[in-house]
Formats: sequence, structure tokens, C-alpha cells
Amino acid sequence: MDWLTENKIPVGDVAEAAFDWAQDHGETLFDAMAFAMEALIDGILWVLQTPPPLAVVLVFVAATFALHRRWQPALLVLLGFLFILNQGYWEETTESLTLVLSACVVCMGIGVPIGIAVAHRPRLYAWMRPILDLMQTLPTFVYLIPAIVFFGIGMVPGLIATVIFVVPAPIRLTHLGISSTPKALIEAADAFGATPSQKLWKVELPSALPQIMAGLNQTIMLSLSMVVIAALVGADGLGVPVVRALNRVDTGLGFEAGLIIVVVAIMLDRALRWEGRK
Amino acid sequence: MTAVSFDNVSIIFGEQPHKALPLADQHQSRAEIQDATAQVLGVHNCSLDVEEGEILVLMGLSGSGKSTLLRAVNGLNPVVRGAVRVHDGQEMVDVTSCSGQKLREMRQSRVAMVFQQFGLLPWRTVAENVGFGLELAGQSTAKRTETVKQQLALVGLSDWADHKVGELSGGMQQRVGLARAFATQAPILLMDEPFSALDPLIRTRLQDELLDLQRDLKRTIIFVSHDLDEAFKIGNRIAIMEGGRIVQVGTPREIFSNPASDYVAEFVANMNPLGVLTARDVMEPGTGQQSTDIETPIRELMPLLRHGPLTVMENGTAMGRVTTDSLVARLSA
Repeated sequence: MDWLTENKIPVGDVAEAAFDWAQDHGETLFDAMAFAMEALIDGILWVLQTPPPLAVVLVFVAATFALHRRWQPALLVLLGFLFILNQGYWEETTESLTLVLSACVVCMGIGVPIGIAVAHRPRLYAWMRPILDLMQTLPTFVYLIPAIVFFGIGMVPGLIATVIFVVPAPIRLTHLGISSTPKALIEAADAFGATPSQKLWKVELPSALPQIMAGLNQTIMLSLSMVVIAALVGADGLGVPVVRALNRVDTGLGFEAGLIIVVVAIMLDRALRWEGRK
Repeated sequence: MTAVSFDNVSIIFGEQPHKALPLADQHQSRAEIQDATAQVLGVHNCSLDVEEGEILVLMGLSGSGKSTLLRAVNGLNPVVRGAVRVHDGQEMVDVTSCSGQKLREMRQSRVAMVFQQFGLLPWRTVAENVGFGLELAGQSTAKRTETVKQQLALVGLSDWADHKVGELSGGMQQRVGLARAFATQAPILLMDEPFSALDPLIRTRLQDELLDLQRDLKRTIIFVSHDLDEAFKIGNRIAIMEGGRIVQVGTPREIFSNPASDYVAEFVANMNPLGVLTARDVMEPGTGQQSTDIETPIRELMPLLRHGPLTVMENGTAMGRVTTDSLVARLSA
């Protein structure tokens, strides 16, 4: 027993050494990543915050109607935004939406291609699964620490932490969709002389579309669940009042901000729900 | 002219097919080979030439290797030993050893396929499915619209062009599958039990339609079936398979009147003889009153027999006669 406790395996030291090494050698890479993400965030933020709030709200409502061709979800989005404006959380909401949207861009941009690649290489997927599990189960606070070390404080480390937590979802769902393409369809494409890329674009991706859209929905919901944690590393948005309320034990403020997050979640879910092919 | 030539084709499924080949050469059965090597024998040493314009039916019970052999023609199943040569318009190309590019060309323009479970893309309309092969070959939308329209008219689905395939019944879906295969103008058609998933009435109708179309189109068709009645109705020649090997090749009449083994005989015993036998098979020496041609199917003879025995004529000479007794005697034999 003494021997066991005296010979502690240096997990923490190894992790620290690895992060130190990454910081020393990967500075240009991290700077480039930070720069690209900052540009993305600033761009989306500018689009959401420059026009008058009601104009932005109307664009969202119109887009929802265009997507569903039904007035109910559009009305729900309108009421949700009016409530947010009424409570005076417009700026925080746009900041959180920015975080969610940029997480979507990054996660789908990374997740869908990786999902396709591992669907075609089952051995690679077997290797990748424990990593995906780790990314989803490791407490988020743990990788907030290196995120701060590499990217400082602000929206970027918040986005990084969000992406690490969220990206397994689109990878898994894309993998599921592509690898469950009916074999008969793949064979029909082969029999008529499809090239591998024709097979991907004309058969596998359309067949996997429902799962990929479910992945997008998951990405949005999971990103939204990260706004409070992102606030801890200095990301602006609806998480900030929640954290402030926690520090001050301010029940009213906490409920207010929390309810706004719920409203945003419901709006996004209803507006972007994939209802299948008609 | 030969359109497709199977030359000693062996197909084995598994990681180490070469371990199974010597056992197959000793004529061991599929079960024995599987016990000894964990490899599954698909087909073994099948040789067969399919002539241009004929319908050849590969026929056998499930697991006899008929689909496996069919799928070697367009390279869906890899051949372990032997060659499958397919006419590409100029020369015979061995699809088991040609380049991937050449194989794709053959699949796009020379060999089309119809599947038992249709293999249609459910998110596409009927017209988009019919144009699928042409689309893969790189034909522009404008160019293929006309072809697609013609093919839909041919199979009687013009009014359904813009419907999703899921809205169609099984029989109609298989018509879409046929139109898709016809659309590429490929001279060789592979049909893998195309009508087995359909109910009997629709099946008969589609068989008749296929024969009608074939009269004009004159494609080379390799047709897989487990139903001897279907095989006899459709096939110019039939190759009967058992356990991965071809046991008899011949015209329906040859197989019916001279089965090569007990397995074939058992098949034949279970089928409806009315579709195969002709006056030639049921005649006896002698003459009758009216005359009839020697190739007349007995289904047509029966109503005529009510007026007495018939004289059977071949090229103007009387060969014998058919009586009610001679017919019944042959049928109950």
C-alpha cells in the first residue's frame, strides 16, 4: 500500500509538460487559429449588432417562415425575441448567438468531413471513439485551463471549449448517417459506374442528410448549454449575468438570465428543427 | 456473336480465397469447404457463353450461386480465378482484370443492371431516378431529359415523372428500375430476380412487358430466377446451377425433355408443363383429321382436340398425330 502511494504516476506532470511543449512550439498555430476565430466572431457580431434590433428580429422571423412555410414557428420566434427585448437582454443575446453560430460553423466544418472520413474507414473510427468519449466526458472546466493558457481570456477560449465539447456530436451523427446508407443504393451506384466522389455526393450525403441535420440541431443545443461555462473564461453573452448572479447570490437576476437562455434554446430548436423530407 | 463469356469463373468469399480453391477443385461441397477453410464458395469453374440478343436465365435454388455469377459481369463480385469477358463494341474486355476507369465505362454504357429490391434513390423523383445512369456518365440535364421522357413512355409511367419513387407501388418501382437500365442504352442487361419481390399478378404482367420490349430492343439479357416457370417463359436458354456449379445449360425444351441430373429432374417435375411442351412432345405415330404445326404449344392444341385427332406437320410433311390419349399419357408420365 505504501509502495502504491509513494510511486504516484505523474499524470498531472505529464499533462503540464505536454501543454508547455505545445505552448512553446505551437505559438504561430494558436495565433493563427485565434486570429481566424476572432475574425469569424467579430464578423457575426457586427452583422447582428449593427442594424436596429427590430430589423434583425424581422430577418430571423422571415427566415423561419421561409424554412417551414408555416406561421406558428415564425410567431414563436417573434414572441421570443420581443420578450428578450422587453427584458433588456438584446446585447447579451446577440453575443451568445454569435458564440453558438460560430461554434456551428467550426463544428460542422470540422465534424462533417471527419464523420465522412471515419465512415469510410471503420478501423480509424474504432481508434477515434475513445477520444470522442473523452472529449464529451472530461469535465469542461479541465480544458478551460489550457484554453486560457493558449488563447487568453475572451470569446476565443469560450469558443474553443465549446467546440471541444460539441464537435463529437456532428462527427458521430455524420458517421452514423453515412455508414447506414443502404448497401443496395451503394451497389446500384456502383453498377451504373459511379466514381467514389459521385457516390458520396449523389448517394451517401443525400441518404445521410437527416442524420447530418440532427447533428446540426445537436450542435446548436450543446453550444447553447456552454454559454455559462464560456462566460467563466471571459466570453460575453447570456452566461455573464448568470455568473454574476451566482457570485452575488442574486436569485432574481439568475432567473431572468436563465429564462432568456431557455427562450433562446426553444426558439433555435423550433426554428431549425429538421422535419424530414416531405 | 458472343456478348458475355464466362471462362472458368470461380468466386470465393472470405479473407483467404486461395486456400479454398484446391478443395473446390476436388469437387468438395460448399459446406465441406466452409468447415475446412472458413471460406464461402460462391461459384466454381463456371463456363458459359451468352450470345448477343438472347435471354439467358441463370436458374437455381437460393444459394446456388446464380446471383453471384451474374454480379461478376459488372464487377460487383470480384473473381478469384478465371475471366469474365464482355463485349465493349469493339473487342472482348476482361472485366476481372481491366482498369477501374475501363470498368466504369463498361458499367456506364455497356452493362446495365436491374435489382430485386429495385435500388432506387428514395429522395429523388421517378424522372431523376431514370436519368441516374446518364447523370453518372456525365450527360447534361438538358440532354438527358428527352431520353428519360422516352423511357418513361416505354414503361408506361409518363404521368408519374415528378412523383417521388416512394409514392409508387412495387410493380411501378420496378418499372422505374427497368427504365433506368434501358436509359443508358447499354446492350447488355443484368437482371437479378427483378420480379421476385412482386406479387404474382404483377409479376406475370411485367414478364410479358419485358418480352414485348425485348422484341424491339433486342438486348442481351442475363436473367436470374429461382422460378422454373419464369425461366421457361422468358429464357431462350437456361443455365441451371446447384451449389455454385452449372449443372445443365440448354433450351427450355432440352432441359424439360432431358434433365441432366436428379436435381434438374426435381425442378422440372414441379413445373407447369403447359408452357413448354409442343405438339412434338406429345405426338404418336399415325394421322389425324385437321393438321397442326409441330411447334404448336399444347395449351393451344387442347381446344382443337375436341374435334378429333390432329396431324402434326413439320415443313409440310406429316410427322405423326396428337390424340387426347397421347397428350394425357405424356402429361401424366
